[in-house]
Amino acid sequence: MKLTGAQIIWETLLQQDARIVFGYPGGAILPTYDALYDYQDRIRHVLVRHEENAALAADAYARATGKVGVCMATSGPGATNLVTGLANAMMDSSPVVAITGQVASHLVGTDAFQETDVTGVTLPVTKHNYLVMDIEELPEVLAEAFYVAKSGRPGPVLIDICKDVQQKSIEYTPVTHVQMRGYRAVKPMHKQDIPSLLNNAAALINSAARPVILAGQGIKTGEAHGELCELINKTGVPVATTLLGIGVLTEDHPLNLRMMGMHGEAYVNKAIANADLLIALGMRFDDRVTGNLAQYARNAKVIHIDIDAAEIGKNVRAEVGIVGNVKQVLQDLLPLLANNTHRDWLARINEWRDDTRMRDVLNQVLPDEMLLAPHVIRAIWEATKGECTIATDVGQHQMWETQYFQHIRKNQLLTSGGLGTMGFGLPASIGAKLGRPDDEVWAIAGDGGFQMSIPELATIMQEKLNIKIAIINNHFLGMVRQWQDLIHNKRYSQTQMWTPNFQKLAEAYGMLGLRANTQTEMRQIIDQARAHDGPVLCEFVVEPEMNVFPMVMPGKALDDMARREPAALGTGMDAVK
Amino acid sequence: MLVDHAAARHNQQKHTLVALVENKPGVLNRVSSLFRRRNFNIDSLAVGTTDDPNVSRMTIVVDASRTNADLVERNLYKLVNVIDVQDVTHLPSVVRELALIKVHVANTVKRGEIKHVADMFQSRVVDVNKDSLIVEVAGEEEKVDSIFNVLEEYGIMEVVRTGRIAMARGGARAAHEQDEIVFSGNGQPH
Repeated sequence: MKLTGAQIIWETLLQQDARIVFGYPGGAILPTYDALYDYQDRIRHVLVRHEENAALAADAYARATGKVGVCMATSGPGATNLVTGLANAMMDSSPVVAITGQVASHLVGTDAFQETDVTGVTLPVTKHNYLVMDIEELPEVLAEAFYVAKSGRPGPVLIDICKDVQQKSIEYTPVTHVQMRGYRAVKPMHKQDIPSLLNNAAALINSAARPVILAGQGIKTGEAHGELCELINKTGVPVATTLLGIGVLTEDHPLNLRMMGMHGEAYVNKAIANADLLIALGMRFDDRVTGNLAQYARNAKVIHIDIDAAEIGKNVRAEVGIVGNVKQVLQDLLPLLANNTHRDWLARINEWRDDTRMRDVLNQVLPDEMLLAPHVIRAIWEATKGECTIATDVGQHQMWETQYFQHIRKNQLLTSGGLGTMGFGLPASIGAKLGRPDDEVWAIAGDGGFQMSIPELATIMQEKLNIKIAIINNHFLGMVRQWQDLIHNKRYSQTQMWTPNFQKLAEAYGMLGLRANTQTEMRQIIDQARAHDGPVLCEFVVEPEMNVFPMVMPGKALDDMARREPAALGTGMDAVK
Repeated sequence: MLVDHAAARHNQQKHTLVALVENKPGVLNRVSSLFRRRNFNIDSLAVGTTDDPNVSRMTIVVDASRTNADLVERNLYKLVNVIDVQDVTHLPSVVRELALIKVHVANTVKRGEIKHVADMFQSRVVDVNKDSLIVEVAGEEEKVDSIFNVLEEYGIMEVVRTGRIAMARGGARAAHEQDEIVFSGNGQPH
């Protein structure tokens, strides 16, 4: 069958079961969009309003479905606009394939119109990338890209395809296998090493008195939720999760301590600081998780299991490092482990936990007109009974989401972790809704991040996506203001934000817009939004200067945290400032 | 980035990595971009062709007191175009560097002396001019350093060094099995 390069792109997408593409057309990708015209019955193209949001939506789609997310853009500015989204997918190990048009091959290197060295620009923010100047290479490159993006530690792969390659034709047979000389999804370990490593790990776990499991996104990627559950039920070891590890274990499980790190609850961080063994599963000891490395878990030995060999020993030295798929490693490890309950250790952690409960912001009895961001998060949780997918933006509301939303469903929270990409929330909710059409999807964003992605309201309307949007409006760039408050002597440099009338904005887009200024109104509009059959934009006008606590200040040890005041001792205003 | 200080103290400061890479456009860019991105300190990087036209060979010297050579190896391995990486520091191996040193020749007496120095280092004079000559020296870096030091008193005009190249002794060669990935109907590799 003779097909053009453009047709081969769509055929490959069909073969790879990639039926949703987020993109934006332009000159150098025109032949591919022309070919799409004949594939519209089989492939849904979502026309975003900015290419960055195509990449972010594709990333979220991948996280929501476990499949590869695909985005598309033209050469030059189209491709460079993808960069933030690719960097986001790279940091959070999300499988994304980006297809960009490039100027015709005879023009490459001539500074032709809309020419940019896209493989050069995206090299450090992709797992791999390709420049295709010869159509004979195209079918294999496309197949390889999907394989590289999805396998091992996933990540974004970009394919830059010259315009003439899209136009030329070759005899096409579907690629059913790829041969890659250099690529190993997982760095193989010496076979004879594995039994002794597993035995060493088991011996450490069986003899530990104060162990903690650090569970990261690798559990999700490796679909090891069941093995993790088996592990803790057998060994009684409590679990702390990373931000991206939220959703690897239901948060109502008594052994799930919930999120650790800079804004993790104090009892979680204390447990880690006092541990004698850390069992790190598919996580990478990010600085937001460890605090000051020199003082991190000083009495703990470390078992580090990760699919990426380069993560082991990068930030924290591991007594036992095992490279592999966490599901497989845990399956091999489980039979070697003894039953345990760790009663004393858990009792100690629970004492710390009681102290945290006493300091809960929600314990404070506040007047109705005093609306806090944590109220909003908790109200969404109560209204939905936790049965929804949440896409957050980045900042204070994101951290409050982790604290006040109890995640009971697998992979429920979609959030930008490593890169901390403001503007992620709205495009992520688009990717999430398309990936999980039957799910109730909430985008939660601050007034800052939301204003970065406002144009995507048009995408939501054009695609008729039933997304509920919650804007937590404190009229500040909240997290930056918090740092200015705590570290820069309240010098609020460029963090005050004027915001538009969001109700009128929603109306202009043909969307229902609601606003709440009080706790009563908050509950009303959440109910109203959920009852409405279509997208809704809810604005919650909250206290402007509230800080997220606890907080590990920069350079401090993980358990040296700025805490909330115990509510019983305060007037209820302390946390609000 | 953790530096393995214990290893750096007890073992050699300089680690030699040999990488076999696919001979494709941009591969050197990928390797050097990795070093920059990870803040790896590299002493030298030598690249050349091999007996296989599809494969190039890189010899990379890492200063282990500043950079964890193990992490360099593992990160290199992750690059899709890198076929194999081997740390040959502790393997019996042949290590060489080639240098061309252009030396100032003040008079014919000096010319004779320089020739004599070159002979003592079993190196060769490969270009002679009225007031300069070029010495070609090959060997381990220490030897190149030594002749450089000796020639310095005559006035060195220009130097080029290839950087270290290395090969493990014996029959073993850096080899690498090929993975074949087969796609099923739903496009998922297995």
